[in-house]
Amino acid sequence: MKKRQFGRFGVQKNWTIPYAVFLLVFVITPLILIAIYAFTDADGQFSLANFQKFIHHGETVNTFVYSIGIALITTLVCLIIGYPVAWILSQNIFSSTSVIVMLFILPMWINTLIRTLATVALFDFLQLPLGEGALIFGLVYNFLPFMIYPIYNVLNKTDHSLTEAAQDLGACPLKVFTRVTLPLSMPGVTSGILMVFMPTVSTFAIAELLTLNNIKLLGTTVQENINNGMWNYGAAISLVMLLLIGVSSLFTDDKSGEEGGLL
Amino acid sequence: MQDFNYIIDVRNIHKSYKDKVVLDNINLSVKKGEFVTILGPSGCGKTTLLRLIAGFLPATSGQIFIGGKEITGIPPYKRPVNTVFQKYALFPHLNVYDNIAFGLKLKKLPRKEIDRKVARVLKMVSMTDYEYRSVDSLSGGQQQRVAIARAIVNEPEVLLLDEPLSALDLKMRQDMQMELKELHKNLKITFLYVTHDQEEALTLSDTVVVMSEGVIQQTGTPMDVYNEPANSFVADFIGASNILNAEMIEDELVRFANHDFKCVDKGFGEHTPVDVVLRPEDIVVFENPSNGMLCGKIQSVVFKGVHYELTVLTEDGYELLVHDYNCFNVGATVGLAVKPFDIHVMKKERVCNTFEGKLIDSSHVEFLGHEFECKEVEGIEAGERVKVEVDFGDVELLDNEGMIEGEVKYILYKCDRYHLTVLTDWDENIYVDTQDVWDDGDKVGISIMPEHIRVIHL
Amino acid sequence: MKHLFAKLYVWLLLAILYAPILIIIIFSFTEARVLGNWTGFSTKLYQSLFSGGVNNSLFVTLLNTFAIAFIAASASAVLGSLAAIGIFNLRRKTRNTVLFLNNIPILNPEIITGVSLFLLFVSLGISQGFMTVVLAHISFCVPYVVLSVLPRLKQMNPSLYEAALDLGATPMQALRKVIFPEIKPGIISGFILTFTLSFDDFVVSLFTIGNEGLQTLSTYIYADARKGGLTPELRPLTSLIFIVVLVLLFIVNQRAKKSAVHEK
Repeated sequence: MKKRQFGRFGVQKNWTIPYAVFLLVFVITPLILIAIYAFTDADGQFSLANFQKFIHHGETVNTFVYSIGIALITTLVCLIIGYPVAWILSQNIFSSTSVIVMLFILPMWINTLIRTLATVALFDFLQLPLGEGALIFGLVYNFLPFMIYPIYNVLNKTDHSLTEAAQDLGACPLKVFTRVTLPLSMPGVTSGILMVFMPTVSTFAIAELLTLNNIKLLGTTVQENINNGMWNYGAAISLVMLLLIGVSSLFTDDKSGEEGGLL
Repeated sequence: MQDFNYIIDVRNIHKSYKDKVVLDNINLSVKKGEFVTILGPSGCGKTTLLRLIAGFLPATSGQIFIGGKEITGIPPYKRPVNTVFQKYALFPHLNVYDNIAFGLKLKKLPRKEIDRKVARVLKMVSMTDYEYRSVDSLSGGQQQRVAIARAIVNEPEVLLLDEPLSALDLKMRQDMQMELKELHKNLKITFLYVTHDQEEALTLSDTVVVMSEGVIQQTGTPMDVYNEPANSFVADFIGASNILNAEMIEDELVRFANHDFKCVDKGFGEHTPVDVVLRPEDIVVFENPSNGMLCGKIQSVVFKGVHYELTVLTEDGYELLVHDYNCFNVGATVGLAVKPFDIHVMKKERVCNTFEGKLIDSSHVEFLGHEFECKEVEGIEAGERVKVEVDFGDVELLDNEGMIEGEVKYILYKCDRYHLTVLTDWDENIYVDTQDVWDDGDKVGISIMPEHIRVIHL
Repeated sequence: MKHLFAKLYVWLLLAILYAPILIIIIFSFTEARVLGNWTGFSTKLYQSLFSGGVNNSLFVTLLNTFAIAFIAASASAVLGSLAAIGIFNLRRKTRNTVLFLNNIPILNPEIITGVSLFLLFVSLGISQGFMTVVLAHISFCVPYVVLSVLPRLKQMNPSLYEAALDLGATPMQALRKVIFPEIKPGIISGFILTFTLSFDDFVVSLFTIGNEGLQTLSTYIYADARKGGLTPELRPLTSLIFIVVLVLLFIVNQRAKKSAVHEK
C-alpha cells in the first residue's frame, strides 16, 4: 500500500515557521530569562541569594501562604456557588438558556479593573468596609464565570441517554446525580478549579483596590519588586509562583483543558 | 378489568408536542415472553412509544400497564423494565463490571451475589474476562453486548431495545440478530424491539407492529404482515412489491392492469376501488407470451445472486417487478401470470383528497390556508363550513411557486404512476397521482384548477 | 415549583453579578465627583468625556488603547491564521509540540507573561513604549487566533482542497478561494476575541508600557485608583464600553444562531 503524505495542503506546513520563531523569541526566551534572573545576583553572577532571601524573609513567606489560602477559599466559594448554576443551566429549564449563559459570561468581557472598581463602588454604596471580605467577594465576582462555564460545557455535552440509562437501571434522581452526573462533570470541575485558582493566586491589582492596599498578595510582592528595580528577586518570586501553578495543574488531567476550554 | 395474559398493555395512548401529534390512539398488547418488534420509518413515533413505556416521556393521555399494574405516572427508576439504548449509553467513567453492576449496586445486593450475576450475564453475551476493561476500549459490537448485559442482569420483566443494532455494520448486525434471538429463547422474558429495518423485524420477531405517522398500521406475525399487508403502506414498506390501483368488480374478481383477475378475496362490495399487491416472486414468467394473462416486454434484467430481478412493461403501460430463477433477454416479449391466491386485495385508505374548508363567495373556497377559485357553487351560503374534494390526479405539482407550497414526504410507485404524499405548509397532507418523477424531500408548488374542486355541503 | 427555586437562584446571582455595573451606569448620569452621591440627573460627564480632544488625557488614552488593540488583533489574526494552516499540515508529533508551545501563553498567569516580557525587553535594552506593548499583546493574542481557526480547518471537508486542485486551481488559488472562506468565521471570531483581550489587558501592559507617559485605559484607571479618587468621566466611559460589548456579543450570538439554522 502506498503511504499517504500527511501534509494535507503540501508545502504550507512551512507557514508555521514565522510563528515558531515568534514563540521562541517572545514566549520561550522570556520564560528562560525569568529562571536566569532568579538564579543570578544584580551583577549577573550565579547566586541562590534570591531564594535564601525569600525563605528568610518572614513577610514574603507569610504573603505566599496567605495568597494560597485566599486563592483556595475563592476557588471553593466559586465551586459551591458555580456548580449549581452550571447544573441548573444544563437542565434547559429556561426558555432561552443561551442568553442566560451569555449573561454569565458577559462580565468576563469587561475590564477586570473596571469590574473591581465597580465592586468598590458597590461596597461604598452599601457602606460596607473594604478588606478581606471585600477581597474575596471581588475575586469571586471576577472569576465566578471561569468556574461556571467549563462545568456547564461538560454537563451540557453529556449525553442525555446516560442519565436516562441510570434511571432505567433503577437510580432515583439523587443517585443519578451522585453516580453519573457528578462523576461525568469532573473534567469541567478540575478545569474550573484551575481557571479560578491560577489567576487568583497571581492577582495583585484587585487586592490593592479592594483592601485599600492593606492586604498584600504574592502578585503584589512581585510587582513591587520589579517596579523598585529588584528584578532578580522579583524573578525568583515569579519562578516560585510558576512552580506552584505547575504543581497545581498536575492535579488536573490532560483532557480537562480540551473539554472545559473557554473557546 | 385488566387481562393478566398481557405483560404490556398500552391503551389509547396519545402523545403530542405542542400541536404536533406524534402518537395517535395507540393500543398494543404484548403477551408474556413474546418477541415484539415495532417497525416503521424514522419519525413514525416508534421510539416515542418505547420511551413512553420506559418512562422517559409522559403520555398526553392514555394508560400503560405492565404485568397488570398501571405504571403510567411512575418514574422510570421504579418500572420493571430495562432498556438497551440506541448508542448503548454506557457510562464512560465506569468499567465493564461497574457498568453491569450499576443497577445491582443500587439495589444494595451483597457483593458476592453481584459478582455471580455479573459473571453469569457476561458469559451469556460471551464477554467473560472483560470485567475490568474500560468501555471506551471496546469495539462497537462489544459495547453492544455490555449494554445488553447491563440491562438483563436486572432480570426485568420486559427488555426494551431501541434500534440496538443500527450502529453496527451489516455482518456484525446479522451475527448479533442471531445472538439476540438465542438470548430471548434462554431468558424467556418479553422483548420489545424497535427498528426501521424490515428484514431485521421479520427475522427476529414473533409479532411485528408496523407503524407510520403515529398510527399502528398492522399488527401480526412476520408472515401475516408480509403475505397479507393491511394497506399499501405496509405492502410497500415490507419487502419488494408491486402495488396497483384496482377495482373489485365482484367477490373473487378484481380488475387491474386492464385485465380481470380471479382472486380469493370477498366482501369488498361491487365496483369498489381497491389496492392490489403482487409480490415479485409470485409473478410467473412464460417465454411464450400467449401462455400468460398479461403480455409484456422485458425492460431490464439484474442478477441478484439467487434470482434475477426483471422489470416488465405490459402492453398497457404497467411496469411490474418480477423475480425469476431463469434469465431472460432484455427486449424479449413474455407472458405473465399470477395465481388467484397470490393476489392480495387491500382496502384503500382514501379515494380522493378531502379537506375542511370555508366558502368565501359563490366562486371562491378557502382550504389548506389558501383561497382557491372554484366553479359556481349553489345552495351554500358564503362563510359556511364545507367539505372540499379533489381527485389525486387533478393536483398539479410545479417546480416553482404554485398556489401553495409543500414538501414531498412519501412516494409510492403504483406501476403506472407515482402516488405522492405532500405535506403542505399548512401542515396538512395532500395526496397526488403523477407521472413525473419527484424525490423525497423535494420542495414543490401545488396548484389546483377551479373545475377540479368539488365543494360539498356538510 | 422545583424549577422556581432554581430560576430564583440563577436570577439572584445574576442580580448580584450585575449590581456593581448597574451602579456605575446609574451614577454616570450625575455630576458628583464621588461615586454614591446623587446630585441630580445630568449628562455632563458624557459631554466632558468627549470634549477637549487631544488635550483630554482620558480621550488620548482611549485612542491609544484602541490603536494598540487594533494593531495587536490584526497582526495576531494574520500570524495566527498562517500558523494555524501550517500547524494543520504538520506531522502529528511536530504538531503536538507546536500546540503545546501555543498553549503556554494561554495557561501562563498574566503576571508571569508580564514579568518575563519585561525582563526580555530590559535584557535586550529596548526602551519600553508603544511598540513593546503591541509586541507583548501579540504574544498572548496569537494563540487564541490559532485555537479559533484550527477547529475550522479540522471541520472542513478534507476533499475541498483536492477538489479545487482537481478543477484546475493552483495551490495558492485553492487556498484563497476555498480554504480562506472556510476559515474566515474562525479568523473573525479570533479577531474579536483578541481585540477585547488586548483592550482589557492590564497586567501585561503595566509591565511593558515603560514610563514615558504612555497610558492604556487599564493603566490609566490603575494609576487613577491608586491616587485615591476615580476620575468621574470613567463612569460614562465604563457604561459605554459595557453597552458596546453587550451589543457586540448580542450580534455575534445572533450570527451564530443564524448559521446554526442554516446548517440544519
